[in-house]
Amino acid sequence: MYETNYHRASSIDDAVAQFAKGTDSKFLSGGQTLLPVMKQRLAAPSDVIDVAKIKDMIGIDVSGDTVTIKAATPHYDVAQSDAVKKAIPALASLASEIGDPAVRYRGTIGGSLANNDPAADYPAAVLALGATVKTNKRSIPAEDFFKGLFSTALEDGEIITAVSFPVPAKAGYAKFPNPASRFALTGVFVAKTKAGDVRVAATGASQSGVMRVGPIEQALKANWAASALDSVTIAASGLLADIHGSADYRANLVKVMGQRAVTAAG
Amino acid sequence: MGVEGIGARVVRKEDRRFITGQGRYVDDVKMVGMSYAHFIRSPHAHAKVKGINSTEAMKMPGVIAVLTGQQIVDDKVGNLICGWAITSKDGSPMKMGAWPAMAPETVRFVGQAVAVVIAETKNQAKDAAEAVVVDYEELPAAADVRAAIKSGAPQLHPEAPGNIVYDWHIGDEAAVGDAFSKAANVVTLELTNNRLVPNAMEPRAAVAHYDQAEEHYTLYTTSQNPHVARLVLSAFYNIAPEHKLRVIAPDVGGGFGSKIYIYPEEMVALWASKKVNRPVKWTGDRSEAFLTDAHGRDHVSKAEMAFDKDNKILGLRVKTHANFGAYMSLFSSAVPTYLYATLLSGQYVIPAIYAEVIGVYTNTTPVDAYRGAGRPEASYLLERMMETAARQLKVDPTELRKKNFINQFPYQTPVIMAYDIGDFHASIDAAMKAIDYAGFPARKAKAKANGKLRGIGVSCYIEACGIAPSKAVGSLGAGVGLWESAEIRVNPVGTIEVLTGSHSHGQGHETTFCQIIAERLGVPISQVSIVHGDTDKVQFGMGTYGSRSIAVGGAAIVKAMEKVEAKAKKIAAHALEASESDIVIENGEFKVTGTDKAIALPMVALAAYTAHNLPDGMEPGLKETAFYDPTNFTFPAGAYICELEVDPGTGKTSFVNFVAADDFGRLINPMIVEGQVHGGLAQGIGQALLEGVVYDDTGQLVTASFMDYTMPRADDLPSFQLSHTTTLCPGNPLGVKGCGEAGAIGASAAVINAITDAIGNNKLEMPATPDRVWHAIHG
Repeated sequence: MYETNYHRASSIDDAVAQFAKGTDSKFLSGGQTLLPVMKQRLAAPSDVIDVAKIKDMIGIDVSGDTVTIKAATPHYDVAQSDAVKKAIPALASLASEIGDPAVRYRGTIGGSLANNDPAADYPAAVLALGATVKTNKRSIPAEDFFKGLFSTALEDGEIITAVSFPVPAKAGYAKFPNPASRFALTGVFVAKTKAGDVRVAATGASQSGVMRVGPIEQALKANWAASALDSVTIAASGLLADIHGSADYRANLVKVMGQRAVTAAG
Repeated sequence: MGVEGIGARVVRKEDRRFITGQGRYVDDVKMVGMSYAHFIRSPHAHAKVKGINSTEAMKMPGVIAVLTGQQIVDDKVGNLICGWAITSKDGSPMKMGAWPAMAPETVRFVGQAVAVVIAETKNQAKDAAEAVVVDYEELPAAADVRAAIKSGAPQLHPEAPGNIVYDWHIGDEAAVGDAFSKAANVVTLELTNNRLVPNAMEPRAAVAHYDQAEEHYTLYTTSQNPHVARLVLSAFYNIAPEHKLRVIAPDVGGGFGSKIYIYPEEMVALWASKKVNRPVKWTGDRSEAFLTDAHGRDHVSKAEMAFDKDNKILGLRVKTHANFGAYMSLFSSAVPTYLYATLLSGQYVIPAIYAEVIGVYTNTTPVDAYRGAGRPEASYLLERMMETAARQLKVDPTELRKKNFINQFPYQTPVIMAYDIGDFHASIDAAMKAIDYAGFPARKAKAKANGKLRGIGVSCYIEACGIAPSKAVGSLGAGVGLWESAEIRVNPVGTIEVLTGSHSHGQGHETTFCQIIAERLGVPISQVSIVHGDTDKVQFGMGTYGSRSIAVGGAAIVKAMEKVEAKAKKIAAHALEASESDIVIENGEFKVTGTDKAIALPMVALAAYTAHNLPDGMEPGLKETAFYDPTNFTFPAGAYICELEVDPGTGKTSFVNFVAADDFGRLINPMIVEGQVHGGLAQGIGQALLEGVVYDDTGQLVTASFMDYTMPRADDLPSFQLSHTTTLCPGNPLGVKGCGEAGAIGASAAVINAITDAIGNNKLEMPATPDRVWHAIHG
């Protein structure tokens, strides 16, 4: 690791101020990606601003039809939260399957979304549930937040402060883990909104990062049942291919995991 | 059996320090004035080194030296050696290119070192390494066997035209031809044995110290065989004569074969410690382990088996291409020849066998012995063949095996090995009973109703362990003898130290070797300590690999014990005024048989050292040494059966059951044996389902971290059902055979046979990832 200056921010304003001072600052919110990359000397930020200890950025609030998870809340807390389990059980379940216990104690929802790894779990839930990403500057609809591999709508120095999820009528997540990394080789999140709309998002599958899956959404709108996907075909074009899974295999997984997500949603 | 003697499930003595974090590994060694080495490694699979500019690096903080491959050549440090000479079919010796510790002119695999930075801190060494400018001229690379043997392929070494190291054969080609001409049925099979990265938990490391006043070197290193390291560093690498070089392998966190070899990094650390006149530490990181630890396996084979009309095997023909990587590692040449083709008879009467093995250079990390070393490749090939044959011949795979089992011992195979003893029916019967083989069809039908494809797969392995009779291996080309030594020191107060040339890097020698002493002398194991891993303490030794520690090292301890007992009996008889022949040893006492006259071991020991009242002419002291050279290999064997389900939607495999029935001869500590089997099975299953090295066409290692190389984890594995059938090995005094590699040798075929049974498609390569299995199901 190269030398860097570490700052533990005391507030969101403090984090923004510290960030501006550095020549090449990075926010740290759990460090499940940034720290390994730094250890391998593949990243050399001048300053690392740790936002994960800011009290205003940790916690879960459920009111009415909205679940709000503050950005520095670790995955473990989301997985264990009775309120989340009651309101959006698929979200708690998703959090319980991220990485391993050590990752879940440290990794945070804000860190995961800001990093936007194409195989991360949370982006699928955010996109399928139509969540809103709140930052220190604005509110960004999920639709506008994800911009491709490791790329988001966040501007330099902008901090995610919370994510608000509308409580759906039904939701389910099914993940097929990469055998080596245990990231999602393909994960599919299905949601039926209280207004009756169906939204489906897949992670790990597309060359463009998390994506909506139109053919599955249409089939489920007509008939909310796993069997409704039997005749659906997912195109392999544009999907990722690597040593763990070819594009046609991932296309199959989008469908099969979609079916299993519907079964999990009930 | 006493509570701590042979056969007792004694808790491991060494675990207290391991599980409380108090083990002392090479990286824990700190010396006054210690400096740190960081290697500059080639990013190219094949390139000319046109120049190395370290001017800027030398100006950086803390930098002591930047040393290059040319300097190590100029200082006449020897090239790395291959210690087993193989002769090709045509009588020519194997063709090897030179392997300097750091490349002066040409790099031939990604990760090969070209220079080293020595600095005050590790980070300063890394910083400076980035400032060293290496000018490479890239060359085309041959990244796998198939590419390397094509005409016009890039050539690695001028000494080895066509990238062929040797074209070797064994067996009787004419007899096999004759067998096939008489065959009622011929079964053919083509398969790949996937390349693996050993991935011991502790990465390799070295701390080297040169004492200028004494002209003496000390090397702490992660070695499975410190004496062999000293021998090679002295005799071949010109580092220092043996009496001026001490090699210490302290606690070592796993080896699996990868720490047998003397690598460039240890050589460079020693050489550099004199150059800079400072102790030098190098600790590899995981990325370096992936790139530079000798890999395992990597065969491409074609096999044909001939059967008569009664399904008796008539002959076996095998052609294998073995990938050696870019250089010939220390024992690499023996692995696909004498450790592989000599096991191709398996558990079966095969009247005629002929095998050809072509060793090939490629622009990849060197390949050498890895847990099982050649025997997993033989077992996998043969056991997939038997399963394939059973399906083609439409007979039950267990029946086909039983029909062809060897039943009479000793049995001379057509490929050198003479099996001393075994009972293959006992193993397969035990395994079939444990898994309820007869009930499988009903379970398969039930699984099908649940949408799952269920399969069952058998693997009956045999291996040659306890390597090895020195004369025999010498006649086959080995550069060393493979005996073992032991020294037993009974101290004046009756405590005992056992000095062994075996080396424990996870095997539990500090417990099992004590149990041998406890069994013989009746002393508690707390009174016994095992000393190993230091050339200044232990007389000599050949180290630990090839499941040899108990069968060879343990036997040496018994031989030394016999000498100690003989002398102690004389002393006891003298003290008790009895005849030596009337002395018996019971519970730590020397007794006159049939009387209540006795003298305890500590009093015998004290008498030996005070020497006030010894028999006339007897030397004082109670310390004996023995060198034990085995008369044959040992032949552990067993039957593994795997039952699993495949999810047709995803290709994911889930274990239902895995049973192992092994014959290891006498078990010293069944708990430790079970641990060894569990670990071996995990690696065998890992090879079958998860692990596999991938290089791209340019020779870049794609699976260079745990993000892409799938190491087995606990939740990937079933809960194993183990059992043992026993035939005692007649070849050594303990009746033991060795258990360290069995699981890795036998497991992979059982798993693949079960998957191909489940999906009804025999075309499946390891690792059988969900992606591959799904494609095998759906095309």
